[in-house]
Amino acid sequence: MIKAPDVQGNESAARYTDSLRKYIVIYLCLLILAALQFVIAYSNVDTTGKFARMLFVAIAEAGLALLFFMHLWAERRAFMLFVVIFTGFVLIAMQYSWTDSNRMDVGAPYSQPKSGTVPQ
Amino acid sequence: MSHADQMLQAHPPGMTTGIPPFSIPAKKMAIWLFIIADAATFAACLVAYGFLRNGSPNWPRPFHSITNVAAMTFILLTSSLTMLFGVRAAKAGDRSGAFRWTMITAVGGVIFALLHIREWLELIGEGMSLFHNPWGNPLFGASFFSITGLHLLHVTGGVIALLAVGIRYRGGRYQADDLEVTGLYWHFVDLVWMFVVPFVYLLNLAQ
Repeated sequence: MIKAPDVQGNESAARYTDSLRKYIVIYLCLLILAALQFVIAYSNVDTTGKFARMLFVAIAEAGLALLFFMHLWAERRAFMLFVVIFTGFVLIAMQYSWTDSNRMDVGAPYSQPKSGTVPQ
Repeated sequence: MSHADQMLQAHPPGMTTGIPPFSIPAKKMAIWLFIIADAATFAACLVAYGFLRNGSPNWPRPFHSITNVAAMTFILLTSSLTMLFGVRAAKAGDRSGAFRWTMITAVGGVIFALLHIREWLELIGEGMSLFHNPWGNPLFGASFFSITGLHLLHVTGGVIALLAVGIRYRGGRYQADDLEVTGLYWHFVDLVWMFVVPFVYLLNLAQ
């Protein structure tokens, strides 16, 4: 019988020994950033501007939560880079469809091949 | 240099040393891989939602009040903090404290879910369904219910996990690492909400 490697004895790098004060400060920062999103929602800015500002704030919130609440900062740097780069690449690769979304917005038809260029 | 880097200098990882990749225990690595995959799932939903919203000139803006969503956000953020307290207590060996904070976190999740369901019922009462609403593009209902429903499903699953792991941790069957893994999932649910609120709610406030 093949035994699985015993990894139970290896301790995680994140030890959760930070002070409660640090956690509360991060929590308050997250609350302030969340409140900022609500302020942006009522600001006198167009939808695109609101979207950009809210996205920026949301990324800042997510960064704080990832690094300190989820203790990614305390893990090995290589692991942190693995999570950030891998996830970031997947998220960025999803953004290819916006040109088609803009086409829908202006009511433009699907692009058609010029006659004679594509064999029928 | 992080603590893990120092540890790895003394014990370099590899197949022969028994140290797992990135010096991460197997359960924790599994939940991180799940989180990465789940982040892609939510991102795909939000991008599809953005695609529809951007391409629709008559996208509905049905939300008149932010009170409910603000309360939900506050509760979810606070539950993340109580989860941290729980894991911290567990790592310090305080089983009763860790159990108490975990149960407080679960209660926060239940309140969040109840507020969410109340909001859904209000919208349904105003005539919104998956493929129909009285305000504009009928796809609004489908995208709104699918994104918030997926998140609500995660919250519900998280509450069940918190209850199960918390009780078994108190009974000595689970260890602090198990509570930490559950906590990572709970923080991720909170993280996703930070993107759902602005894009699904705040950009659709009634003018």
